Amino acid sequence: MARTISVEVVYRGIFQKTLAKNICRGIVLAARKEGKIGISFGRYGDSPERNGIPAKNFAIVAPNEEELQLSMAQYEPETTDVTISVDDMLCKGVESWAWYGLQPINQKVRDQGTLIVTSMLPAEALINFCHTKPTPYRLAVIPAIPSFSGLWVYKDDHTDVRILGALPKVCPELVSLDSIQKAIKEEWNDDLKVTSARRTYEHTATRTVRPGEGNPEVPFKFDLPGWTKMREGVTIDGIRLGEPIKFGDQIGGYRPARNPYFKKYTTRTMRPVIDFDKCIKCTLCWLQCPDSCFDVTPDQTYDLNAEACCGCGVCEAVCPVDNCVTMVNEAEFADNKSQWEAYKQDKQAYQAWVDEKLTHRPERSHGFRYRGQYQEQVAKQGVGPGGAE
Amino acid sequence: MDPDSATAVRVAAAEQEALISGSEAVAVATRLADVDVLTAYPIRPYDTLMQYVAKQIANGEQDAEYIVAESEHSQFEIAKHAEAVGARAMCGSSGVGWCYAFEAIAVTPALRLPLVAMVGNRALDDPGAFGTEHNDALAARDLGWMHVWVDTAQEALDTTLMAYRVAEDRRVFLPCAISTDGAFLTHSQTLVKIPPQTWVDEFLPPYNRGDLRLHPDNPITIAPQVNEDWLMEIRRQTDEAMRNARGVIEEAYRDFRRIFGRGEGNPFFEEYRTEDAEVVLVGMGTLSMPVKVVIRKLREQGEKVGFVRVRWFRPFDHERLGALLSRFRAIGVIDRDFSMGSPFNSGVLANEIRATLYAQDRRPPVVSFIAGLGGREVTIPAVKEMIEQTRRAAAAGKAPADTQWIGVRA
Repeated sequence: MARTISVEVVYRGIFQKTLAKNICRGIVLAARKEGKIGISFGRYGDSPERNGIPAKNFAIVAPNEEELQLSMAQYEPETTDVTISVDDMLCKGVESWAWYGLQPINQKVRDQGTLIVTSMLPAEALINFCHTKPTPYRLAVIPAIPSFSGLWVYKDDHTDVRILGALPKVCPELVSLDSIQKAIKEEWNDDLKVTSARRTYEHTATRTVRPGEGNPEVPFKFDLPGWTKMREGVTIDGIRLGEPIKFGDQIGGYRPARNPYFKKYTTRTMRPVIDFDKCIKCTLCWLQCPDSCFDVTPDQTYDLNAEACCGCGVCEAVCPVDNCVTMVNEAEFADNKSQWEAYKQDKQAYQAWVDEKLTHRPERSHGFRYRGQYQEQVAKQGVGPGGAE
Repeated sequence: MDPDSATAVRVAAAEQEALISGSEAVAVATRLADVDVLTAYPIRPYDTLMQYVAKQIANGEQDAEYIVAESEHSQFEIAKHAEAVGARAMCGSSGVGWCYAFEAIAVTPALRLPLVAMVGNRALDDPGAFGTEHNDALAARDLGWMHVWVDTAQEALDTTLMAYRVAEDRRVFLPCAISTDGAFLTHSQTLVKIPPQTWVDEFLPPYNRGDLRLHPDNPITIAPQVNEDWLMEIRRQTDEAMRNARGVIEEAYRDFRRIFGRGEGNPFFEEYRTEDAEVVLVGMGTLSMPVKVVIRKLREQGEKVGFVRVRWFRPFDHERLGALLSRFRAIGVIDRDFSMGSPFNSGVLANEIRATLYAQDRRPPVVSFIAGLGGREVTIPAVKEMIEQTRRAAAAGKAPADTQWIGVRA
């Protein structure tokens, strides 16, 4: 190998921090078997302890120490040979903190580089979420449900080694399968994990994504102000007052002003769907939402502002009416449009839409809530444990 | 008001004389400046300030919120927050008490809170010691605090008024520490002129925090979490404020002279008998007293010696001080502080002076002295010895490489 190779793992805070770290460690340890040298690090500005917020880990492998120094003392490489998205909803974009803007999942992937996504969705569906790119890249889908853990527990479901097994297939320059297997054996001392890696290697295939293919949306971004333009005293403006909502002749309700520099919706893996006809106007969703996501409509019901919603599910939990506020898989949505406006335009069509959405309730297993939960989950999805596909 | 009418006002409302210490003079200044919030936690020698404030309030002479905190850390935090809502505040401490407040001290400049604090300079414990040493205040030298050293109780009073005027200027908005030597200033009473309130009112406008004021009518968030994308710009803003302070200090002193009729010369440093001097000593604080005595004696004997007392240490007037010092044949710098392992094992001031001179075409030898630590007296013979060593450096055209400890038992 004559050049430095960079791998990025985009993951969700808390739920996948150990997963991301394991993958990056595995890469560097495997590359060492071939005499290469590497570095594994988390992006320092991330807070891996914030629930679900997109964060990043990197593994960089170089032919020698001097080459590696070029990639050290950096927060992140400019381009990657492989970007790994360990939750398919990150394909909608990555916004890690205020002023960061919306970074497409494939932004760093170099010309002819590879994006690996763990997902049960078909490649075409994922490409529709990913923003278009001027250069071609390859997409590899590893069939898997998102591996979410808790802060203190790690769901040892082989997602880490399956991704490691896919790497020599999509990027043989990085490391060989043999080295990956050796490193896994040494790090975990588990033959089943070695087998999982090999099987994923055998099954992984890539599909080329052409320039212009994908989501044409222009991602939002911000220009950071210079010191002469910034407010002094480390102060920022408070959120101003909001305004009433207009729909046709109807004016009323209240839409609070929100932080324009941090939308936060890329944190979400599910979102609430609201059945306005069921709403008893109890205010609880609006009151309890930690991110003030709800707008008061002129009907005095509560509409979700999907740009502000982290998908925490508190609204569903506090709603006293069955199936009035229901969390639905984020994969079922293509935009952040107002549900209330759709409801006002065509109530019948909206009801049909709600009924359909409610068939896609999320499987929630951030960590294990009871013994055997994970096994139940994979059996339901048709993915055997240990990576047997 | 022109100087003539200022004189007229002075005659009409003459200053009163009081026998007070340096810290009591600062306390009087807080009364004259109508400080809103004073926070306190006892530690010697700073406690002489808080005691006098308590007395003024008890006597009905001063109207202020007076908060005795449970520690220096809280003391500085409370004062900091008072400043954020637009209250004029005064704080202070000594030695390790100042160090205990360091978390609050470190963040005050970036938040642009014009807090004024008195540091009753004291050696850092251990060993327990009350005497003056400048390492306490100097520990905060690089953070964006303005630092000024005074050498008389009168100067302590005047400088406190000046400090508010400069710190609260919108172009500056930085905290200011006034260093008063423990014992020699804090515990010695001298005759001080107390100006009439009308002069102070003319000199010191109310504290107006403008759009940075934390108030329900001005909704802002102060000090959010940031990452590497922001901090350098914030530091540069603080840097610009400190640069601005140089001009604002000049303006304040000019105005002070006009209204109060005193405070001649360069605000940043005092020159004593430097006009035709061949060698000079440089120092800060009350060691000026024995040095001036020796300079006068040697002058009587025809020796061309002088003294430069640095008042404003931050911002440092490197341009004029550099130009001045480059005139002499040799310079002796007396540090009442230490900076272990620094270049030439010098104190802090000596290396600042060396750096200042580096930009000059003519760079006289600099002899660095460490003296008077822990409040040890800087004696007449000690000053004479330092002048003698400086003169030898002038004759040789070269200073000893290492720092000289003066008055230390071998």
